[in-house]
Amino acid sequence: MKKLINGVDSVVPDALRGLAAAHPGLRVDVDNQIVMRASGPRPGKVGLVSGGGSGHEPLHAGFVGYGMLDAACPGEIFTSPVPDQMIAASEAVNGGAGVLHIVKNYTGDVLNFEMAAELCAEEGVEVASVLVDDDVAVQDSLYTAGRRGTGATLFVEKIAGAMAETGAPLAEVTRVAEAVDARSRSFGVALSACTTPAAGKPTFDLKDTEVELGIGIHGEPGRARSAMRGARELVHTAMDAIDEDMPVSGDNLVMVNGMGGTPLIELYVAFAEVSDYLAGKGARAARSLVGNYVTSLDMQGFSVTVCRLDDELTRLWDAPVETPGLRWGR
Amino acid sequence: MGAGDLDTAFFAAWIEEIARTVGVEKERLTRLDAAIGDADHGANLDRGFTAITQALAGTEPDTPGALLALVGSTLIRKVGGASGPLYGTAFREAGKCLGDASEVSATDLAAALQAALDGVQRLGSAAEGDKTMVDALAPAVRAMSRAAQEGKEPGEAIGAAASAALAGAEATVPMQARKGRASYLGPRSVGHEDPGAASTALVLVALRTVVTR
Repeated sequence: MKKLINGVDSVVPDALRGLAAAHPGLRVDVDNQIVMRASGPRPGKVGLVSGGGSGHEPLHAGFVGYGMLDAACPGEIFTSPVPDQMIAASEAVNGGAGVLHIVKNYTGDVLNFEMAAELCAEEGVEVASVLVDDDVAVQDSLYTAGRRGTGATLFVEKIAGAMAETGAPLAEVTRVAEAVDARSRSFGVALSACTTPAAGKPTFDLKDTEVELGIGIHGEPGRARSAMRGARELVHTAMDAIDEDMPVSGDNLVMVNGMGGTPLIELYVAFAEVSDYLAGKGARAARSLVGNYVTSLDMQGFSVTVCRLDDELTRLWDAPVETPGLRWGR
Repeated sequence: MGAGDLDTAFFAAWIEEIARTVGVEKERLTRLDAAIGDADHGANLDRGFTAITQALAGTEPDTPGALLALVGSTLIRKVGGASGPLYGTAFREAGKCLGDASEVSATDLAAALQAALDGVQRLGSAAEGDKTMVDALAPAVRAMSRAAQEGKEPGEAIGAAASAALAGAEATVPMQARKGRASYLGPRSVGHEDPGAASTALVLVALRTVVTR
């Protein structure tokens, strides 16, 4: 394993020190692993708190700032944060209008955020939660932990964040966050596994001639393995899975997301195929995002997330945002 | 106090033995987790029990119940992932069940283990056969309750529970996961031991190690 780190145990705090040094707009509590806006809570504005394992950068800490999150709680690599972090973050960003927890649907994240929400309520902080579960590779049935939260998390954080900036009440911010999740679908493909610093070697073996279909964002294997194919075929596999679950139509917000180890030029190759695929269905990417946003350390691969837009969601997506990972219009 | 009843020092020794075993076995647990999960189970438990060792060095709970409750809340606060809340709840519920008794009989311990199992199932809503820690814990609870009902001393009851937990963990190999991150793999989760069941067996084997000293 070759990684640009000082030591396996200090990766997360060292990266947080870097985040703080690079972005004066953030207040970073390195010891307790909480990232907040330096400007503090705004009275009357709903506070948005998210969190999850580290290793998905820029998610979540890179999306703290105007128009998106008020605080993020990074856990250890691929491990959900703990309730203490979430409670401290929720109290710190509560401007009196309550706090929305944005939770990706993984057992660990769900359990820790549930415990945090209960304790927040006991301390008088009003908390609502939205569960992001956009990954169509997982069958949503009694026999799984339910669909995983992946790329749509960014959409939820951006659009709910824009709604919160308007001063909308907690119920409204929650409603729009749920609408984004309900209208979003994702599918991921890995060309290589990732290597966590703690494990020191790839989390699964993938030959040069193979791809892993239906991956999540934690280096876990997907639902099936298949022969390596060209970008067009891989994109079609992803888009067919999405289309089968929610037929694509009309105007969409589309993200081609890199898993961390894929060059941008390849992501644009993939986006061209996504765009053609949508055109073939009479749909289009009215808004788009191409880049590494919801990553899995050094994994090679990509995911596609499609969110069916309406006027409200389009307007909120276009609203100004100023975070380390996403910024426009301000 | 009955023959072989267990005191606070015994439970402190148990926690110390768990911390030691988790330290030794963390790579095996992480390897199991890499096969069907996200390769962090060993590191997480090791971090949690290291934190507990530190927490216990600073304070001396004076009953077994208070000690286990402290272990539980430390796990919830320090570990994260699914294992933090699940193990944390298990220890906390066991501690609450023991109340402020200073000595613990086989019957008390069986009740505490049942409370731990109930807490885990309430939180994670897993049933036996889902390929989770419940598959090791539930048979251990049954074995211990049976031994306690038969009037066995704690040492013997713990031995039965540890064997049942090991067999239960082993039995997760052919199962298809229906809860937790391994469930995303569907049929591909078959053929691997569940890391949570494996670590639960470790915890109960540590209990046996301490009682047979």
